[in-house]
Amino acid sequence: MSNDVITKQPTYYQEIIRKGYSRRDFVRFAGMMAAFIGLENSAIGQVAKALETNPRIPIIWLHFQECTCCSESFIRSSHPIVADILLDKVSLDYTETLMAASGIQAEEALKNTMSKYKGEYILCVEGSVPTAADGVYCMIGGKTSMQILDEAAEGAKAIIAWGSCACNGCVQAAKPNPTSATPIHKLVKGKPVIKVPGCPPIGEVMAGVIVHLLTFGKIPELDRLGRPKAFYSKRVHDTCYRRPFFDAGLFVESFDDENAQKGYCLYKVGCKGPSTYNACGVTKWNGGTSFPIQSGHPCIGCSEENFWDNGRFYERGSAFAGFGIESDADTVGKVALGVTAAALAGHAIYTNINKSRIIDRLTAEGKASEKEMEG
Amino acid sequence: MSTKYLRVHRLRRIYVWELPVRIYHWLNAAAIIALIVTGFWISDPPALMSNQEASNRFLFGWVRYIHFISSYIFFFNFLFRIYWGFAGNKYADWKQFIPTSKRFIREMWTVFKIDILMLKKNGEQQEHISIGHNAMAGFIYFLTFIAFLVQCLTGFGLYAGMSGWWLPKLFSWVPAVFGGDILTRQIHHWTMWFFILFAIVHVYLVFYHDYVEGRGEISSMGGGWKFIEEEVFEENRHHTPNPESSEVVGTA
Repeated sequence: MSNDVITKQPTYYQEIIRKGYSRRDFVRFAGMMAAFIGLENSAIGQVAKALETNPRIPIIWLHFQECTCCSESFIRSSHPIVADILLDKVSLDYTETLMAASGIQAEEALKNTMSKYKGEYILCVEGSVPTAADGVYCMIGGKTSMQILDEAAEGAKAIIAWGSCACNGCVQAAKPNPTSATPIHKLVKGKPVIKVPGCPPIGEVMAGVIVHLLTFGKIPELDRLGRPKAFYSKRVHDTCYRRPFFDAGLFVESFDDENAQKGYCLYKVGCKGPSTYNACGVTKWNGGTSFPIQSGHPCIGCSEENFWDNGRFYERGSAFAGFGIESDADTVGKVALGVTAAALAGHAIYTNINKSRIIDRLTAEGKASEKEMEG
Repeated sequence: MSTKYLRVHRLRRIYVWELPVRIYHWLNAAAIIALIVTGFWISDPPALMSNQEASNRFLFGWVRYIHFISSYIFFFNFLFRIYWGFAGNKYADWKQFIPTSKRFIREMWTVFKIDILMLKKNGEQQEHISIGHNAMAGFIYFLTFIAFLVQCLTGFGLYAGMSGWWLPKLFSWVPAVFGGDILTRQIHHWTMWFFILFAIVHVYLVFYHDYVEGRGEISSMGGGWKFIEEEVFEENRHHTPNPESSEVVGTA
């Protein structure tokens, strides 16, 4: 029965044309999306066809512990159709930030979508879920975010975890994580979870994931950490335009030096590009304008797990938990080295005292042999 | 010097470290030195500036290249040593490294008392005689093998992403276990310090044993020979951790 309801939904193409876009705009959009997803030329037709014929997928977009920067990033995708159609139309079903309804009506809309499209809708989650104190740290409409997630996840076809909050808890899960902020994949069992980390993720990446879902009707290929391979299989480092300076060993030593002016590699001022998997170097931000490294700032690794706790942003050295923020592995290592050297020196002195008779005996024996040889 | 205990010993020559073990040892030492030097360089490169265009320089690239080459040598050498733990002589056998018996643990305790605390027994200075590794040394080497394993897992795990070969790709699951490259890199860096501390203690103890025992400890890794007094050998006063059951062994 639910399928019948869905076919009555307008297609994306119908919505786009109704919004006043031309056929040309639509084709341009399809081409752009195909490129972002990493499809080849011939697949543009497939994307266009899917948008023309597939009814729009109902989407529920939930906001928990987050700052809405993912939504902000999404509506700044380089093509206006992304915001207009994918977000505006798609998320009309329920999204706290942009829906017109409020209060009981909003809750009603959520409930309706969940029952009407059971097993069909995509659940997008922005933000982490606090599990401490029975989840009271994040409550909407009298329910904890844990309850809302459980209810919404039950009938979802797939779940998209938007941003680092939903993927790994981001800043609110940083030590000591007072609210026990928990990422979505640890709470939802038995549903595919697509992780789209980043603080925020790139708008085009987010749009690409959704377009992939509607073009192919299945979730994109994911890596071992559950991220779409099309966007998270390369390190920022490997697509960085400053990479030749890295290989040459030419580094910025401080932010105000000549090397910074020359645009050298930011490795020594803490760039996490070599450890960060994201599409920043290729897709860039704000319609391909720039990305942090291009603006002279090292990558902080915002799409990597626990990036707030994984050492300092502006240094390569790795902070060592429990030894104060100024201690890193090398400081601890040097202290251990000193202690070891002192212990060995002590042992050497002690050996000469406590094994003196054995050593004397050896020496005497050696000397005796020497004499015999001469004799 | 009283002549009471002065007697020139007849020494028996024992082939302890076979050629493959010696080659393994020195290849391993060279690889570890290269890995530590280039590893420090990679973690905090020195500011060597140049007027050359970046396209004419590949300095950091070469440093990393040496690190990766050395890691392959280290890795295959390590695999070979594991094989030799089954194929080599009894001093190279895997049972010399893993405390699988009470006897092994008892000997570790004895070594601790005699060579680290240097305790006396009835006012007499004590000596602990082994031909291959003593039990304590064997166990420490076992720990180094675990450190080797950690470095290979984390190192090749980090390297997997930039390689097209299937071998490093086998390790691509490692960063996923630690949630990403950042923590994996840190574990790789911390573990390196174990190698530095181990190397210093190791070299010191080689000198210590040679100095106190006079049985060719230092030179044994060159020619493979160690020497033991004939009467010690005859009276079976030497120790071997986990000896084969047929062998008659001395008591502590």
